[in-house]
Amino acid sequence: MKLPIYFDYSATTPVDERVAEKMCRCLTLDGTFGNPASRSHPFGWEAEKLVDEARGHVAALVNADPREIVWTSGATESDNLALKGAAHFYHKKGKHIVTVKTEHKAVLDTCRQLEREGYEVTYLDVQSNGLLDLDAFRDALREDTILASVMHVNNEIGVIQDIAAIGEICREKKVVFHVDAAQSAGKVEIDLQTLPVDLMSFSAHKIYGPKGMGALYVQRKPRVRLEAQMHGGGHERGLRSGTLATHQIVGMGEAFRIAKEEMAEENARLLALRNRLWDGLKDMEEVYVNGDLEHRVAGNLNVSFNYVEGESLMMALKDIAVSSGSACTSTSLEPSYVLRAIGRPDELAHSSLRFTLGRFTTEEEIDFVINKLREQVQRLRDLSPLWDMYKAGIDLNSVQWAAH
Amino acid sequence: MAYSDKVIDHYENPRNVGQMDDSASNVGTGMVGAPACGDVMRLQIEVGEDGVIKDAKFKTYGCGSAIASSSLLTEWVKGKTLEEAQQIKNTDIAEELALPPVKVHCSVLAEDAIKAAIEDFTSKQAG
Repeated sequence: MKLPIYFDYSATTPVDERVAEKMCRCLTLDGTFGNPASRSHPFGWEAEKLVDEARGHVAALVNADPREIVWTSGATESDNLALKGAAHFYHKKGKHIVTVKTEHKAVLDTCRQLEREGYEVTYLDVQSNGLLDLDAFRDALREDTILASVMHVNNEIGVIQDIAAIGEICREKKVVFHVDAAQSAGKVEIDLQTLPVDLMSFSAHKIYGPKGMGALYVQRKPRVRLEAQMHGGGHERGLRSGTLATHQIVGMGEAFRIAKEEMAEENARLLALRNRLWDGLKDMEEVYVNGDLEHRVAGNLNVSFNYVEGESLMMALKDIAVSSGSACTSTSLEPSYVLRAIGRPDELAHSSLRFTLGRFTTEEEIDFVINKLREQVQRLRDLSPLWDMYKAGIDLNSVQWAAH
Repeated sequence: MAYSDKVIDHYENPRNVGQMDDSASNVGTGMVGAPACGDVMRLQIEVGEDGVIKDAKFKTYGCGSAIASSSLLTEWVKGKTLEEAQQIKNTDIAEELALPPVKVHCSVLAEDAIKAAIEDFTSKQAG
């Protein structure tokens, strides 16, 4: 087993060897380096062919038409293009947008920008399991609502929203529906022929493709219109100008092709590993899973170890790469807004760790992390005055703390 | 974030971890911070009749820098008079541990903890 161990696959993934190999063949003089927009010579034709193939692979994973795929620089750009593009195009119909408090910052911050431009945004709460209440969603849609954005899989707690049901409500109310699928593509079945979704954002680097590459699905029937955010040579049917990065596109295509082929098998393997991890921890005292354990992607486990602070626990797990909802890991000194939104008290948010498993995670690594965690959580609890108080039967909520 | 060697040393081998009888008249206890803020320090001092701190113990819930700040503090206060201990500044702790700006509040908390412990001790004496 090689140290350190990577348990942060939701942050990013290594590029699969098969993907890297294909990408490398699109860069140098002896490779397909041409500009896919060059119509007058074989260098351009060859590149265009590879781009078309990749578009086909991305479309195939989510059962879309290749003409519905627009290349972008990543899910953040896709989210921006979807939200700003739709809001700007449909502003005459209304200026109200509905989204959810647990969305990724790429959606939340774009909504903030739209608020500055005069739009009104409703940020919905989620239930304590992290899932959206469908009735609350329906009630939030108004006459002047033009757009709703709900993520498919949450990046922190891994819960899967019921986008089929949410999409139905949007169709009924004639609201454009955008889904951020950065954390779900290649991990959850997506069939855009049947799902009532108008716009969907994808990222390459979350599923073993390159960073700096993404795509936006823009539905053709019924047609969804967007105002372009990047102007120039009119690439991607005018929706996103800029010379296509053949090697990046080929990488994303190959990553999506592999995902389609291996997803079912990989999910079963990851679920078994995730269960093994949780089985190894769940008998510890004061340990809580954050978010619904059923409606959740296979590779995610987000756990709070009460009375132990997350950053110090990560420091103890120095051979293990994980992330934490603790304030100390952020520059803002605020604990995770996602854990707050599911109603976790701040102290549990400070005590949380996110383990995300992936293609190269092994059983041996899982067992290593279980042992290390049990040992270090105990060590830090022996150092914790809160643990002493808990053990002495003191209700910590009854204590007057000197907040600082 | 990269930690200094001193922070790692105190974090991995914390000095003077423990708990004293906080009802004893020669013990002063300072508990500062809040769970919701992500750090709580409990610092206890045992004071001799000559006004010198004979022993110090701590327990801390918090990040590595908070644990290191309180561990270092227990080393520093032992053998000091209450007046001398009162003079310890958070900047001394931050400097010794090479804390980055975002972690300076950990040293502030440690300074608050020793002040609170001394205050607790003196109020017990007065009472």
